[in-house]
Amino acid sequence: MYAAGTDTIAAVATAMSDSGIGIIRVSGDESIELVDAVYRNAEGNRTLTKYDSHTIHYGFIVDKDETVIDEVMVSVMKGPKSYTMEDTVEINCHGGVLMMRRILDRVVEAGARIADPGEFTKRAFLNGRIDLSEAEAVMDIIHAKNDFSLKSSVKQLKGSVSSLIREIREDMIHEIAFIEATLDDPEHFDLEAEGYDKILLKKVKTIKKKIKNLIDSAEDGRILSEGIRTVIVGKPNVGKSSLLNALVGEDRAIVTDVAGTTRDILEENISIDGIVFRILDTAGIRSTEDIVEKIGVDKAKNAVEDADLILYVADSSVSFDENDKAVLEMIAGKNTIVLLNKSDLTNVMTEENIQFIASYFDGSEKNRIIRTSMKDRSGIDLFIRTVKEMFFHGDLMYNDEVFITNARHKEALQNTYDSLVQVQKSIEENMPEDFYTIDLMSAYEKLGSIIGEAVEDDLINEIFSRFCMGK
Amino acid sequence: MSEIREKVDICVVGAGHSGCEAALACARLGLETVIFTVSVDSIALMPCNPNIGGTSKGHLVREIDALGGEMGKNIDKTFIQSKMLNRSKGPAVHSLRAQADKAEYSRQMRKVLEDQEHLTIKQAEVCEILTQDCEGSDPLQNGAAAKRILGVKTYTGAVYECKALILCTGTYLKARCLCGEAITYTGPNGLQPANHLSDSLRSLGIELRRFKTGTPARMDGRTIDYSKMEEQFGDEKIIPFSFSTDPKDVQIDQASCWLTYTNEKTHEIIRANLDRSPIYAGIIEGTGPRYCPSIEDKVVKFADKERHQVFIEPEGLHTHEMYIGGMSSSLPEDVQLAMYRTVPGLEHCKIVRNAYAIEYDCIDPRQLYPSLEFKDIKGLFSGGQLNGSSGYEEAAAQGLIAGINAARYVMGKEPVILDRSQAYIGVLIDDLVTKENKEPYRMMTSRAEYRLLLRQDNADLRLRRIGYEVGLVSEQVYKATLDKQEMIDKEIERLKNTVIGASKENQDFLKSCGSAALKTGAALAELMCRPELTYETLKAIDDKRVPLPDDVIEQVEIEIKYEGYIARQLHQIEQFKKMEKKRIPADLDYDDIGSLRLEARQKLSMYKPLSIGQASRISGVSPADIAVLMIYLEKYKGKK
Repeated sequence: MYAAGTDTIAAVATAMSDSGIGIIRVSGDESIELVDAVYRNAEGNRTLTKYDSHTIHYGFIVDKDETVIDEVMVSVMKGPKSYTMEDTVEINCHGGVLMMRRILDRVVEAGARIADPGEFTKRAFLNGRIDLSEAEAVMDIIHAKNDFSLKSSVKQLKGSVSSLIREIREDMIHEIAFIEATLDDPEHFDLEAEGYDKILLKKVKTIKKKIKNLIDSAEDGRILSEGIRTVIVGKPNVGKSSLLNALVGEDRAIVTDVAGTTRDILEENISIDGIVFRILDTAGIRSTEDIVEKIGVDKAKNAVEDADLILYVADSSVSFDENDKAVLEMIAGKNTIVLLNKSDLTNVMTEENIQFIASYFDGSEKNRIIRTSMKDRSGIDLFIRTVKEMFFHGDLMYNDEVFITNARHKEALQNTYDSLVQVQKSIEENMPEDFYTIDLMSAYEKLGSIIGEAVEDDLINEIFSRFCMGK
Repeated sequence: MSEIREKVDICVVGAGHSGCEAALACARLGLETVIFTVSVDSIALMPCNPNIGGTSKGHLVREIDALGGEMGKNIDKTFIQSKMLNRSKGPAVHSLRAQADKAEYSRQMRKVLEDQEHLTIKQAEVCEILTQDCEGSDPLQNGAAAKRILGVKTYTGAVYECKALILCTGTYLKARCLCGEAITYTGPNGLQPANHLSDSLRSLGIELRRFKTGTPARMDGRTIDYSKMEEQFGDEKIIPFSFSTDPKDVQIDQASCWLTYTNEKTHEIIRANLDRSPIYAGIIEGTGPRYCPSIEDKVVKFADKERHQVFIEPEGLHTHEMYIGGMSSSLPEDVQLAMYRTVPGLEHCKIVRNAYAIEYDCIDPRQLYPSLEFKDIKGLFSGGQLNGSSGYEEAAAQGLIAGINAARYVMGKEPVILDRSQAYIGVLIDDLVTKENKEPYRMMTSRAEYRLLLRQDNADLRLRRIGYEVGLVSEQVYKATLDKQEMIDKEIERLKNTVIGASKENQDFLKSCGSAALKTGAALAELMCRPELTYETLKAIDDKRVPLPDDVIEQVEIEIKYEGYIARQLHQIEQFKKMEKKRIPADLDYDDIGSLRLEARQKLSMYKPLSIGQASRISGVSPADIAVLMIYLEKYKGKK
């Protein structure tokens, strides 16, 4: 079922790049009340519902705990005098993906839905804003945008995440079918006798945990297969893998990739304050006759070619040699951050060596040579700051689609989670079994939307394939 | 050449559960109606199971009753055992089921038909449908149809001219019954089939397909040893089906049913003789229902099950025949006898009627509008098993809607279409006309996404108004429903506004109920939400309470206890309704919409959905297609 007409939708209305100003647009019946929940005026009060139409106001967007997220200008436009002809609020915030993402998340948290591709235009048209003669164009845009978004959003999902979601959905439909079978054929099954409530509660809790992990992973961009393509290169044993580990963090719930796909290149998605990086850790590079190692080196070379960002790791405790040179040849002229690692050990890297390294790049990289130690985690903060700066200065480009996809997935996962919370509540409150399936089914549906699967006749088919029903 | 020529308003073909409701609705709305049957003795025949209702089917019967149909009243007059199923579950899935005295049920319904003004019963086989091409546009609905109904012709050559025709042919079209190698070309129960109408339908361009269903054997009860079975009783307090039946009138002495089981021996015999089963030998072409599998199917598909339930149910009070529920079969007679005799209690059984499978022609219901009128032929309606459903209740529900809409068509009124949020009947018909059904369709509670609101206990509150507006429910009955609603609303209001203080007396009372103490005052409605408290128990601390009828209290209790869930479902319905209300003109040319994907264009052209909501439920139509369609419709409106 597709949600209709006037529920409240939100999206970033400006390009998702580091422009000076970003605009989050919210449209629909509840847009004003909804933004009111997250906006505070200069005095820290909730005032948005009191403003006249077509006025603009200074204030702040605040988090759940009332901490300020950003300083903003908010304009209120009451329907029909707005682009969509519905009540509309536009939040002008400081540009930058990070800020826009957090504000959009906040508005969604307050109850808005992320707009479908082309939905503002669609509403504008349906409400009579756009001329009839433009109808064809509007239809084409919507279709093109939808097709692209659907394809890319499923494509952007990691294979391992898709299979995990499929698995969870199978678990869900399994339970739903069981409950429904007992309801439709009560003389065949006796739920109470089997203590089913407790079994289901346990299962729901397990599924909830899995969904929570996925939400965390979405938060970190790790459910996606796309992001800024980042390649870690360097000689063997300079600390490349330690860098990857330090960035990924061991305490995080990691969605594991299917094993065996890359023996010599490790891949992991991470998010640094909302910017998604797809990091490849390559085999150490040195001139070698070993065939297996050679293949690894060739693969690293290919990865470097496609990379948006190179993280070159050198060991500052051993002297510079031919192999370092070979690596530098490979990455010359690329967008690079140089990490002089193992700064906790005695430094043997000379100023001359550093000048030499810098000579392989166009000069700006000079500021991007950082001394680090993965052992005591020194230099990591500076590294993260450097990455963010590059991003905000436009030295690193970001695909809008990735951001939107991630936000959409996260919304669907959150909805799934909320439904599961409701199921758990129903079980704990001793509601009859038929109440469980109401929310279990909507969790199933929402989860399906992530991998582009509709519900159709799944339930009926599952019931009949597993249970011998009827007389 | 002399032949009989008559002129009536509406003809109904078939007098099963669908035909009876259809004909009664038309006649009750004042239209001259003829109902045709191949045998007057088989009016409202129950050729399969001897009961009415059951999970979700009980809901249908309640809805039929609320709309002014007959099934509920008829079973209340003729039942011999009654049970509310799923009583331990939530109110949404409580379902009433009654065992019928089959002969009585049939006789009573026939009497109702015979006594009905404007209704004529005619024993004849209808062989041909007479139509004419439509000229120009018609002010009546269904602007795109090419033909209109003129009348029907019977086998003996008589012609009945009519303005609308309702086909309720059940399982009679080109029917053949199979019992092992023995094939008879008859309808159910050895009755005469209808062999000519299929060709007439085909020549009108109607697409037919072949479905199959089956029934178990009937046994002489005197040869059954009940001491080896579990006795199954009816409910102590019987609740009638019809909202118009006084519960006092149905507290009868009830007959019993019996439960026994198949065993490995039974399964062995079946497996050893599968090659003689017409289904497994490939003789049967039709598709059977997954809900009512034959015992062969059960044994093959669920091979790991060691036993299957067998329900022994009386066919009536004035016969020894017993129905062997759970063991329908198309195996040969000798295998049947051997197989049945392995079941505890049936060791010495004698079969009165063999089990058999029946194959018949039916239509692909996607050729129908939700009004149950054919998209391509004005004034032609169909209901029941002909539409690919299974079950008496499903048939009756469609018959009633087809009858109402045929009558409204003749009277030049808009059709009545119940949507998925209003009734199980709405779900049933929407599923039939919008989805691809590959087997006889059985109603199930899991098919109703808004089932928390579509309860059997509130069918009157949901549908009486529609029945009244249509003209099948009297003003008096309708007013009684309005009064009931008012009492419910007032009592809920009162319970929400009556605050109980944290006095010692009240705390003691709560303690005695095992309920937590109050910190501050609480409304009675809040207390009722606690699982351990009910409307009844709260009487002790509710001194302003006035006595209310049981059915009012039931509604009050459900509305309050499940308020949160109900509110959420109401919100979903609100969203759903918005899409249902966006109408699509019948003559829309989807080829004109370039932005639609080819698959969507083909599907939409075939289904001709009436609303954006219906369009969105067609498989193969994407959200983007729907968005495009909505925009096109705006443009289309702009043009007109």
